[in-house]
Amino acid sequence: MFGAGGGTSSYREVEQTDLVILWGSNARETHPIFFHHLLRGVRSGAKLIAVDPRRTGSAEWADVWLGLDVGSDISLANAMARVIIHEGLADTGFIARATTGYDEFARCVEAYSLERAERETGVPAAAIRDVALAFGRAETGMICWTLGITEHHNATDNVLALINLALLTGKVGRFACGLNPLRGQNNVQGGGDMGAIPARFPGFQDLEEPAIHAKFTSAWGGAKVPSKKGYHLSEMFESMDLDELKALYIIGENPARSEADQTRAVRLLSGLDHLVVQDIFLTQTAELAHVVLPAAAGWAESEGTVTNSERRVQRVRRALDPPPGARDDIELICEIATRLGTDWGHPTAEEVWDECRSLSPMHAGMSYARLDELGGIQWPCPDESHPGTEFLHARLWKDPIDGPAAPFHAVEHDPPVDLLTDEFPIRLTTGRRLDSFNTGVQTGGYTSPLRKREALLISPADGARLGITDGERVLASSRRGSVEVPVRFDATLRPGLAFMTLHFPDQVATNVLTIDATDPKSGTAEFKASAIRIDKLVAVPAK
Amino acid sequence: MASGVFVGLPRRMVTVNIDGEDVQVTEGTTLLEACRGINIDTPTLCQLENLTPVNVCRVCVVEVEGSRVLVPACSRKVEAGMKVHTDSDRVRHSRRMVLEMLASSVDMSLCGPQVQGWMSQYGAEPQRFGSGAATVAQPVKIDNDLYVRDYSRCILCYKCVEACGVDAQNTFAIGVAGRGFDAHISTEFTVELPESACVYCGNCIGVCPTGALMFKSEYDMRQAGTWDESQQRVTETVCPYCGVGCMLELHVQDNSIVKVTSPLDHSVTAGHLCVKGRFGFQFVQRRGPSR
Repeated sequence: MFGAGGGTSSYREVEQTDLVILWGSNARETHPIFFHHLLRGVRSGAKLIAVDPRRTGSAEWADVWLGLDVGSDISLANAMARVIIHEGLADTGFIARATTGYDEFARCVEAYSLERAERETGVPAAAIRDVALAFGRAETGMICWTLGITEHHNATDNVLALINLALLTGKVGRFACGLNPLRGQNNVQGGGDMGAIPARFPGFQDLEEPAIHAKFTSAWGGAKVPSKKGYHLSEMFESMDLDELKALYIIGENPARSEADQTRAVRLLSGLDHLVVQDIFLTQTAELAHVVLPAAAGWAESEGTVTNSERRVQRVRRALDPPPGARDDIELICEIATRLGTDWGHPTAEEVWDECRSLSPMHAGMSYARLDELGGIQWPCPDESHPGTEFLHARLWKDPIDGPAAPFHAVEHDPPVDLLTDEFPIRLTTGRRLDSFNTGVQTGGYTSPLRKREALLISPADGARLGITDGERVLASSRRGSVEVPVRFDATLRPGLAFMTLHFPDQVATNVLTIDATDPKSGTAEFKASAIRIDKLVAVPAK
Repeated sequence: MASGVFVGLPRRMVTVNIDGEDVQVTEGTTLLEACRGINIDTPTLCQLENLTPVNVCRVCVVEVEGSRVLVPACSRKVEAGMKVHTDSDRVRHSRRMVLEMLASSVDMSLCGPQVQGWMSQYGAEPQRFGSGAATVAQPVKIDNDLYVRDYSRCILCYKCVEACGVDAQNTFAIGVAGRGFDAHISTEFTVELPESACVYCGNCIGVCPTGALMFKSEYDMRQAGTWDESQQRVTETVCPYCGVGCMLELHVQDNSIVKVTSPLDHSVTAGHLCVKGRFGFQFVQRRGPSR
């Protein structure tokens, strides 16, 4: 946010804040130990607001649940902003001192009356107004979100709409305030921090900035490093579709099952001239590969670091010997470098990390010794006397502010690409369950008493309307494909809304249904909003 | 709207006398913390740093001058001028009785060496009640693949109830049912775990001091006679699942993870995990054609 991609707050702060909006996140199931911190906040009197199309396990703990229609988040956020402005709850001092673009933003949200928002979101106008007033009046407040915000074709705009709310009320850069994307994988934050995004070197340093580029190339002995940003995942698939990208090296990802519109993803991966997959398992993607490099598990069979959702860098350590033939990622990558004619030696994880620290100022103070001693360190940590940073953007509260102002972004409501029609009248959304993870490669390894067979969850009312009984197998179809799946009634879903997970691709290929409409800025696909129809498998003979 | 941080009211220093020694501690400190601060070993069973004191085991009791009854050190806060005796005859007698009555009715053989040490330190002789003394002996409950419940080993310390409840998990799958000697830990309506509200976070196992709650992997190895803590290494790492970043302690024997815990003092977990972090490790040791 405003320069560095990371949550602004610490978990400890959510225990001491006055109000939390959990927006598009079922943290109770997907981030259970973060939810412990959140519950300590609730037990201490914090008001919890859950914004989610489903009445989730998290929403059960909320003071208020706003059950909006899938993909109407911007309309809701803009209408809340309008109420806050009209009621005089905007932090005008903060806005004047620390932000830009307010006037254009205010003009934009002026069009979002409560009546309009009620129409677009399905949330009663009075409830929107109440939540806006509560957020505007709270002395401290935080907004936390996950994929319910980001797995949309307009993911970046969704995030910007939430940032606008925090800027409008001065709820960022202070203790117990902030904006926090809860990361879905143990090192998705660290991957970004390390430059595994198209336009950045480690430490979010701009690849296209000549001085930064020169710093890295000279540190790497004059190595030839691209000076233009690369592709994100969705662009790679587009490029494969155009037959431009012909070789792919995949490390620890299973796109043959995790990509939206799976049929297309498998076709494109199968059509590559050369596919290398480095993974701890022979995944469905690895089965398509020309070369498979068996890897050691990053968290238990090798050394290194990962970064969590409060920007805390922590050590992972080798506890097990990997199976015969499986090798550490660093070793594999260095061996490939050797085959390509350059000698990177045989560095340890700590040596690689020290090199990173020498080039990434925000990691400079994080020696392995300090990471061990302090139980992890939150970036930025510019030198070895620095304790790490509990919350970001305190600079916005200096007068005058330190560094660039934080911009408002006027963003407009833009409903999901996969339109609901008479032919495809039901909104399918996807998500995770407590005991399972992504495509089930890892969680398939243990027996959970909570686990049921994958099913299409629908509201009992829809079941009755369609003449379907609980447990009946049906044909679920979207504009991209069909799957057979048993139905399970779920009273937490409203009529018109269905839910599935991606956990059991061998039982139900959910991603045959999902749409690969992607956000042009972040490259995320709209997993959260497909239009489907549900048909009975066997026609019941008329009497 | 300044950026000030409220850190609580300022705390005064308080002087108390423990076993003849004047000790200065901050207001709000418990007698247990004060004792441990001057290296006075104080036995505890139901107390844990990450749980609210419940005062049920009574093994930490100390004598406070002017107090009619012995007081539990784990929850009693210091007061200025307090005179405390931690090793008087009355204290030793009470601690011995508590340990004897627990050990005569409960199988405490899997309690750590510290508890065995207190037994001998206080001269506890649970056998003196005779072989006919009432016990809580009962069959082990094995109703899922992740953990077992052996209530023959349960001293009713309430730690599991607290970890399942407000102190951490807030799931409330278990509580204490019955009264007197019949009091016991139970799911709602005594249903089996898979029918209960349990979400298998295993935070109850993490706090159990007696081995009544145990990983199925540990239980099976103990039954087979292969559990050997002297052959186990504990390695700290980070959970491979979501992005919260929970620190795991992997207990490894013969290149296999046999148990997972988390440090009580870790800022992310406070010792607590979810079902994936605690039990979802099998994939990494699935050896075979695919690995």
